[in-house]
Amino acid sequence: MAQTFTKSMARNIFYGGTVFFVLLFLALTFDTSRALPERDQRAQLDPNTELGQKIARGKGLWEHNNCLGCHTLLGEGAYFAPELGNVYVRFGNNKEAIKAYIKYRPAEGIPGRRSMPQFNFTDDELDAIAEFLKYSSEINTAGWPPNIQG
Amino acid sequence: MKYKSQGVAKLYFTAAIALFLVQVLFGLILGLQYVVGDFLFPEIPFNVARMVHTNTLIVWLLMGFMGATYYLVPEEAERELYAPWLAIAMFWIFLVAAGLTVAGYLLVPYATLAELTRNELLPTMGREFLEQPTITKIGIVIVVLAFLFNVGMTILKGRKTVVSLILLIGLVGLAVLFLFAFYNPTNLVLDKFYWWWVVHLWVEGVWELIMASILAFVLIKTTGVDREVVEKWLYVIVALALITGIIGTGHHYYWIGTPEYWQWWGSIFSALEPIPFFMMTVFAFNMVNRRRRDHPNKAAVLWALGCAVLAFLGAGVWGFLHTLSPVNFYTHGTQITAAHGHLAFYGAYVLINITIISYAWPLMHGREANSMRAQVWEMWSFWLMSVAMVFITLFLTGAGILQVYLQRFTDVPQQFMVVQEKLALFYWLRELAGVVFLIGLVVYVVSFFVAARDAKRPELSAEPRPASA
Repeated sequence: MAQTFTKSMARNIFYGGTVFFVLLFLALTFDTSRALPERDQRAQLDPNTELGQKIARGKGLWEHNNCLGCHTLLGEGAYFAPELGNVYVRFGNNKEAIKAYIKYRPAEGIPGRRSMPQFNFTDDELDAIAEFLKYSSEINTAGWPPNIQG
Repeated sequence: MKYKSQGVAKLYFTAAIALFLVQVLFGLILGLQYVVGDFLFPEIPFNVARMVHTNTLIVWLLMGFMGATYYLVPEEAERELYAPWLAIAMFWIFLVAAGLTVAGYLLVPYATLAELTRNELLPTMGREFLEQPTITKIGIVIVVLAFLFNVGMTILKGRKTVVSLILLIGLVGLAVLFLFAFYNPTNLVLDKFYWWWVVHLWVEGVWELIMASILAFVLIKTTGVDREVVEKWLYVIVALALITGIIGTGHHYYWIGTPEYWQWWGSIFSALEPIPFFMMTVFAFNMVNRRRRDHPNKAAVLWALGCAVLAFLGAGVWGFLHTLSPVNFYTHGTQITAAHGHLAFYGAYVLINITIISYAWPLMHGREANSMRAQVWEMWSFWLMSVAMVFITLFLTGAGILQVYLQRFTDVPQQFMVVQEKLALFYWLRELAGVVFLIGLVVYVVSFFVAARDAKRPELSAEPRPASA
């Protein structure tokens, strides 16, 4: 490289650039935090309500059974099984349909095919999971996914 | 090897390669489950195999980074490691924690593991790549803190070079950002927003600092190019990595509930993310072309050049392929993502680890390089694994394009599972390429045994090279 561009200039670009863009990122994060209440359905999450407790329990069950290990949720997770961010809408805005689907998975699977495990959830647990998925489907995701199939 | 304590890296490198083997075996299980849906079901369901695949990857890459650091830092600082015993102790803690965690994944249902480890006290489990029980995560924090203390003290008391400084900044960043793994609110948008502070700011942020500094170290050693030149390149590369990569986080904030302006920030900055990777490629070739010596370890130079090229292809080109928000609208969460993930991790982080292992291993065993015969094994391994991974990526890309077309980019979108069955051909070809990858990895492991055997026969040494070679 030409001697006009020295090592100390390169060093200054590294430190200066890093600090500047970290601060810019923090500023954008701050702005996003202020915009989120309009988009993320947090009113539903109030832990003093039955709905809020149900969604929290549903998310806990979602995590404790590693659902993201096969499915995507808002496009993130594994790509082995369908997107679930919009499953509530795909199942006709019907929580009962979601609960029935999870409840009647065959324990030994389906020969030759992918199959969801049988988790033996109680009805309360199924309800909490369905409520969590309904909440997820109501988040403002800028129009994603492109269609009902996720 | 100039300092005795550099030898602790041997433990880390050995465990890294062993875990790499486990990772690839589970990758083959996953690949087969994509086409034979009930393979190993319900004993090892897909999600369990995937956790083993991704978590062993993360652990072995971290082991590799730590080994690389323990090897590199004493040489740069020109003194022994501050506390070699601490490095050894932390290795065993890390290995046992990782082993217990993987055993937990395989032996009990995940929900049981969550209960046994009292996840409800501080829920952190069940999120992609952060599936480890909270107690394991705490263990990782302790190991990393002890590691940083050890390395930091060594640098503080010794010579401070740009290489070790950039490496240390990368490692401190790694530790600090991991703390966001402990933040898991019920609010899904906030959960996802800060989850990316671990995942994105690791692999498209601070890990690039670690990678670039290890690459710089190996190039200084193998090419003999003036340190001043290398350090200037290093500063420019890591500057560009962070300038583009930090705001580039925005490419994960398109569709998770965050404001639409992230589509602009994310698209523009992540479109620039290939630049630092391209510069690493130019840098590596430039240094090798301007080399002042012919290092007898040709294999290490091959791994280094391959690393720079495939990191650019995987992270740079395949990343750019789906990073613009209008494109990502269709590709988000499809096999395109999987294609990019495979080549990016292999090119950048698998290969940088193998580069330093290949360079350091002979030196830690009292020879500058392995016998030419062992190096040829290594070179075969490089080509087998790299070509196989390129094909895995191409087949997944083919699957991804078809998936996007049939399921999303059409007036008559079809169901996920209907589309998956139509992709079977691509998945079978990917599995085949995966088998070739495993063969390449076995060849790599064999090269160590060939090297050890040949080391007993001085006439096979690659070291005394004629000047004309």
